[in-house]
Amino acid sequence: MISKSLVDRFTTLLGKENVYRDKIDRFNYAYDAAVLEPVIPELVLRPTDREQLGEVARLCNENKLPLTVRGAGTNLSGGTIPQKEGVVVLTQALNKIIEINEADMYAIVEPGVVTATLASEAAAKGLFYPPDPGSQSVSTLGGNVAENAGGLRGLKYGVTKDYLMGLSFFDVEGNKIKSGSKTVKCVTGYNLSGLMIASEGTLGVFSELTLKLIPPPQTSQAMMAVYDTVEGATQTVAAIIAAKILPCTLEFLDNFTIRAVEEFSHAGLPVDANALLLIEVDGHPEQVAEEANIIREICSKNGSTRIQIAEDEVEKNRIWEARRSALSALARLKPTLVLEDATVPRSKVPDMVKGVQQLAGKYNLAIGTFGHAGDGNLHPTILCDKRNRGEWETVEKMIGELFEIALDLGGTLSGEHGIGIAKAGFLAREIGQASIDYSRKMKLSIDPNNILNPGKQVGGWNG
Amino acid sequence: MGEIERLIDRLEELDDLLAGCMKCGLCQAVCPVFTETGLEGDVTRGKLYLLEGVARKMISDAKGVKQRLDKCLLCGTCAANCPSGVNALEIFLKARIILTEFIGLSPVKKVIFRNLIAHPRLFNRIMSLSGRFQGLFITPASPQLETYCSRALSRFMGERHFRRLAEVTFSQGPEKWKKPGKTSKYKVALFPGCVVDKMFPQVAMKTARVLERHNVEVSIPDVQICCGIPSLASGDRKSFTSLLSQNLDSLIALEADFLVTPCATCTSTIRKIWPMMGSELLSERKEQINKLAASAMDISQFLVDVVKISSPALSSDGKGKRVTYHDPCHLGKSLGVYQQPRMLLQSLSDCSFVEMKDADVCCGNGGSFNLQHYQTSGSIGENKIHNIQSVEADVVATSCPACMMQLIDLLSRNEKPIAVKHVIELYEEDGNQ
Ligand SMILES: Cc1cc2nc3c(=O)[nH]c(=O)nc-3n(C[C@H](O)[C@H](O)[C@H](O)COP(=O)(O)OP(=O)(O)OC[C@H]3O[C@@H](n4cnc5c(N)ncnc54)[C@H](O)[C@@H]3O)c2cc1C
Ligand code: SF4
Ligand code: SF4
Repeated sequence: MISKSLVDRFTTLLGKENVYRDKIDRFNYAYDAAVLEPVIPELVLRPTDREQLGEVARLCNENKLPLTVRGAGTNLSGGTIPQKEGVVVLTQALNKIIEINEADMYAIVEPGVVTATLASEAAAKGLFYPPDPGSQSVSTLGGNVAENAGGLRGLKYGVTKDYLMGLSFFDVEGNKIKSGSKTVKCVTGYNLSGLMIASEGTLGVFSELTLKLIPPPQTSQAMMAVYDTVEGATQTVAAIIAAKILPCTLEFLDNFTIRAVEEFSHAGLPVDANALLLIEVDGHPEQVAEEANIIREICSKNGSTRIQIAEDEVEKNRIWEARRSALSALARLKPTLVLEDATVPRSKVPDMVKGVQQLAGKYNLAIGTFGHAGDGNLHPTILCDKRNRGEWETVEKMIGELFEIALDLGGTLSGEHGIGIAKAGFLAREIGQASIDYSRKMKLSIDPNNILNPGKQVGGWNG
Repeated sequence: MGEIERLIDRLEELDDLLAGCMKCGLCQAVCPVFTETGLEGDVTRGKLYLLEGVARKMISDAKGVKQRLDKCLLCGTCAANCPSGVNALEIFLKARIILTEFIGLSPVKKVIFRNLIAHPRLFNRIMSLSGRFQGLFITPASPQLETYCSRALSRFMGERHFRRLAEVTFSQGPEKWKKPGKTSKYKVALFPGCVVDKMFPQVAMKTARVLERHNVEVSIPDVQICCGIPSLASGDRKSFTSLLSQNLDSLIALEADFLVTPCATCTSTIRKIWPMMGSELLSERKEQINKLAASAMDISQFLVDVVKISSPALSSDGKGKRVTYHDPCHLGKSLGVYQQPRMLLQSLSDCSFVEMKDADVCCGNGGSFNLQHYQTSGSIGENKIHNIQSVEADVVATSCPACMMQLIDLLSRNEKPIAVKHVIELYEEDGNQ
């Protein structure tokens, strides 16, 4: 139980309207986008000034209260599901873009700024913030850093970690820690910014992020290639990379997904194709034209039965619509959708797709696979009805085997959706007990009471 | 069965609808209430999950849940954008009924809905009496916007600036449309809707005149009967069902080919909500409901799609008054009617049409939402006012009297003398037509 006097201190600090004790209000922060059981926190706090985060962390630590920071709550791994006796701290009121610097090409933001808002504000100043998770219209930059969010542009432009130049965060004693710089080069001190990437709220509470911006590409060219076999598509991917071309996006749709999308949007997709690649190159106009030509040749050499090049913006949009509507199309088929993101080395994509299809057959489950073929980050999407307990148990079993396959292929449990609590149990199998122990020792020395989002990323243990 | 079990039992019927929500949270990007408050309880995901929380016995405060559910514009923006195709409006309306029946309808609402609005003749008489005596309680606010405010009635009206109630409502007006006229290609039943009828009767009058001008035969119901959306929004199944059935009798008797309204909310209620709710509540009249619903249309849509008026687009010439358009949620997002009103505006000879930013974002009125959450409603509307001003509009046109009320209130309180008109008013008044 959180004592009345502590609640009063939070109230004095944040104002009455930013302290939520009512059960209904607390219930609304018991879940995120993961298919997991909700846990109702004891208290919800909504700081409106980023400096308040430090005091909040200190008070939680002094009272040994688990603290879970929450952005938009769109993570898919239970990263914001709190502890029962814990406190949820909302960052959505900390949504100021502090600075966009055109000369030095960076932005300084509060953690609650929405990804797409920064991207469009940067674009308005002629700059480009590339990381584009599918949730960018709502996800917060704090959440992006804490999950190392990726997106469609990962292959060429990298992921969130490639844009984090520096940050400020509060430790559990309420000290403000600064790391990194506004400069392109910086070797002062440990790279704590790197440590905070994918930390899932377990190592510190971010209050300010410095993010790199780049000049936008001048032009782009999108195309779609159709294949009879998954191998044809993945050989194409390998050949494109071997030709030293880095498309800004290189997306894959399997037959199940193609059929679902076609049924949903009647875009004229080839429903008997076994794979579809959606490719876009960007950059200087001449380079784009040359690369598009080479890619076209590579596609046909590797067995593409049809190649469609977008002639204008309308056609480009139509091509991307297929990918954009993949999730919607699949979501409508069954009540529950589990979006996985086990990732394998690029060359192993055919084996991974085959493995998923075998699992679908073995367990008689509907699974559509689509995703970022260019970086091996596929999203096998399992469609089921969680209310059917038998089916749900099968799904959980199947997901376990899916991870095994990915790891056997030299891959990883999660490319971008995070470990959270959903995958914590599988951690040892990928990184080994020694790595877990090392991480836990480090966490304990930083957070001796283990109050920072306990149970996430390095597993459930009580320090 | 315990109390709460009874509620859980009733919520069962929403289970399939609720199961479609994958909790992705993408509705946060579009919900106007969430954009304003940033609270999970105000966005679709949060509201739907509360219902699940009750069903799963994790929360039992039905009143609290109802309160959160009521903090919603019923604008349908979330449903129109949901990647999983969750029909949030259907869930919200059904849940409001279930929760209201569990908690009980407040005595005031009982009187308003069951003893007043559900008795159209009485309701109309009281409203026109109010129209006659309102002068005692109200004082002029903005002469340009023809608004008033009221100290004496501040308990009910708050800070609002509003138009006077009509002394003679549209449905009490000219008799001529009450008798079928000469035969023409189309026969139209004109449904003014309560707000137009009682506050903007000129809008209905002009709708009728335009229809006549295009040789369409117009007939109007004997008495204006509420479409039922206020009852439904308050969770009162009883008065909604009664109004629906009275409306069916009254409208079917007109034997029209189309049911045309100048009210976006009425159009959307008749077209979508009547079949959605009526098929269960009034199952024996399902066919009649569906037929009538399929014939319901907004006036601009009717003129463009059915009458196929052929007005040339004139207004990119930058001459005359600058007119911009606000898309009512119930016309745009609900029915996909975006182009037709714009086509009418672009054909005006003495105006030039300018598109504003975020024209299809909700104005924040939301009917009963405005009554219960006046502050939030106003702050949602602030952006709209800003966008209207940014294009330097002289006139803002729209297709829904509820949006008109909101725009009038906001503009008047901000002392911005920008005229608020229904599209059909401008079209009728234009010399060119
Ligand atoms: C439809 C959909 C599509 C998606 N597509 C992608 C995709 O393409 N790529 C991808 O990578 N992910 C994707 N995701 C997952 C998710 O959107 C990302 O992980 C995103 O970064 C989460 O941001 P958020 O603001 O919602 O964070 P939350 O879910 O609120 O939090 C995520 C984690 O960050 C921590 N955190 C948040 N703010 C702070 C802070 N200030 N200090 C410390 N810790 C903090 C939280 O404690 C939690 O552990 C998708 C999700 C959905 C629902
Ligand atoms: S209502 Fe739709 S958009 Fe909102 S969380 Fe549910 S599925 Fe996602
Ligand atoms: S109907 Fe409108 S106000 Fe209500 S939840 Fe949906 S988007 Fe928000």
